Amino acid sequence: MLASQILIDGFAISALYGLGAVGFTLIFGVSGVLNLAHGGVMLVAALIGWFVASEFETGPFLGAALGILAGLGMAYLTYFIVVRPIQRSRVIPAAEQEIFILTGTLLWGIMIQVGMDYLFTDNPVTMRPMFPGVVNLLGVRTPRNELMIAVICWVVIGLLWLLVNRTRAGKQLLAASINPRGLTLLGFELSNIYLLVWSIYGVLAGLAGVLLASFLGVSSANAGQLTASAFSIVVLGGLGSVSGSLVAAYVVGYLETITAYLIAPTLRPIPALLLLVLVMYVRPQGLFGRR
Amino acid sequence: MTRLIQSRGFWIALLIVIVGAAGPWWLSAYILGVLTSAYYFSVFAMSWDLLFGFAGEVNFGPTFLIGLGAYGAAILNSTMGYAIPICLVFGVVVALVGGLLLAVPALRLHGPYFGLITLVSVLLLRNAIVIFASVTGGEIGMTVPDVLSIDANVNYWYALAFMVVCAIILFGLSRSAVGLILQASGQDAIEAAALGFNVTKHKLAAFCVSAAFSGLAGGMLVFYLGAASVDTVIDLSIAVQIIIAAVLGGRRTILGAALGAIVLLLADEALRPLGQLNTFVVSGVALAVILFFPDGLLGYLLHGKEE
Repeated sequence: MLASQILIDGFAISALYGLGAVGFTLIFGVSGVLNLAHGGVMLVAALIGWFVASEFETGPFLGAALGILAGLGMAYLTYFIVVRPIQRSRVIPAAEQEIFILTGTLLWGIMIQVGMDYLFTDNPVTMRPMFPGVVNLLGVRTPRNELMIAVICWVVIGLLWLLVNRTRAGKQLLAASINPRGLTLLGFELSNIYLLVWSIYGVLAGLAGVLLASFLGVSSANAGQLTASAFSIVVLGGLGSVSGSLVAAYVVGYLETITAYLIAPTLRPIPALLLLVLVMYVRPQGLFGRR
Repeated sequence: MTRLIQSRGFWIALLIVIVGAAGPWWLSAYILGVLTSAYYFSVFAMSWDLLFGFAGEVNFGPTFLIGLGAYGAAILNSTMGYAIPICLVFGVVVALVGGLLLAVPALRLHGPYFGLITLVSVLLLRNAIVIFASVTGGEIGMTVPDVLSIDANVNYWYALAFMVVCAIILFGLSRSAVGLILQASGQDAIEAAALGFNVTKHKLAAFCVSAAFSGLAGGMLVFYLGAASVDTVIDLSIAVQIIIAAVLGGRRTILGAALGAIVLLLADEALRPLGQLNTFVVSGVALAVILFFPDGLLGYLLHGKEE
């Protein structure tokens, strides 16, 4: 009973973690940017989705759609206001670009968080479930919403896989992650590819944010925590490796769920953090990383 | 020595210190209190700059070292009742151990990987403090029986003197041969090693120095405030403020970090009427600075004129 409970809850949470981390790792893989405003982008999508759905009583689906749109908009803003100016800046030395992007997106993430706090307060909010009701699964009464969220996550991850591996645009992304200079020499505009990857990122982060609001609930105080967990999952799996991130999401998700159920809910994040430190000491490139 | 006396910067700095030391006669008690905290804060920022600007290590968790020093000193004082100097030394030792723990991965990991380790170290420390609430006071914090002084002016002078001493040592270190070697190994470790410098040794030294000063400043802050709490010495938002301060003031300048810290804390107070939005404005300004003046306030003052 408890085992199947852990199995189901862990699966759903891990799927959501995976979706949240995939966009983050994609951006890094393709353009070498670590977006520390990631939690902020998810937060905007979640709060806008919740606000529209509850305030205008549009129902959760329209709310979710607008939330994803807001996430996409926020991703564009992040790219155009923070990331691109740093990438193109002539005063910032190329060797220090990475550090500037880290600091810049960190500051931007704080601005988003404080802005959201100002607009929506930091009370935790939860969107009404998109799929009400419960189903009996392996002897556990499980909310239908939880199952559907896991399904949506996996469908979207599957679509992403198709996009990257089976379409022309996706192959360009792949090529950009392997050798950007080579791609430019073949006559592809790198900035278009970056724009594409930020669009994909915006949709993924937006969706993850909206699903989070519907599943666990969010508060503007969570932004930093969200960034930190996406960052740890992605590094655990190996920076830039999408499949690594998914595996790491399941490792972290199950570790947290098992801790919460069997030891104490307050200790929830600790084993995952310890595992991360351990992996970093032994295998710095992460489980599936390439150096 | 003669060159030092002839340099303009030295006299400007001396003048600023004298004006600062006279603070209690021309500043209100409220501003004095803000400045006292700001002086400790500036030591945090300077020791961060030594690691980041010189050794090239992105430390997202300066509060790990500060928190270790602060809590180490506070716990020894409240449980054993030793005198403040002994507690401070103990805090420094604890912070040094923490610095070595961070240095080990730093020798293998770079950039974002190391950044994450430092981030995680803060989260783990925070959790540890909450778990061992019986000793540490958990989320509420703990009070220490001894304080530096109950006189606000004396506290102010302690803080100012402490900052000046730390600034002289750290600045001197950064301008010494050691500072140059650190800078070289931060920018291109392989080339620095090829030139015959022991990169490992210098990086370890940088971590130890940064940890010692962070821990000492953390301990001093605890004995100034009379309390240690997660929100004042460990929380990630404090870490972020330290980073903002150092970048705002100018990386790789040490003194710029101190300037940035003081400006940041004063701006925070001045913008208090904006309520919640003051953090928004401060972060926005800091973002604008790194986008348009990546060398920071001091960097702009020094290099801007040359162009």
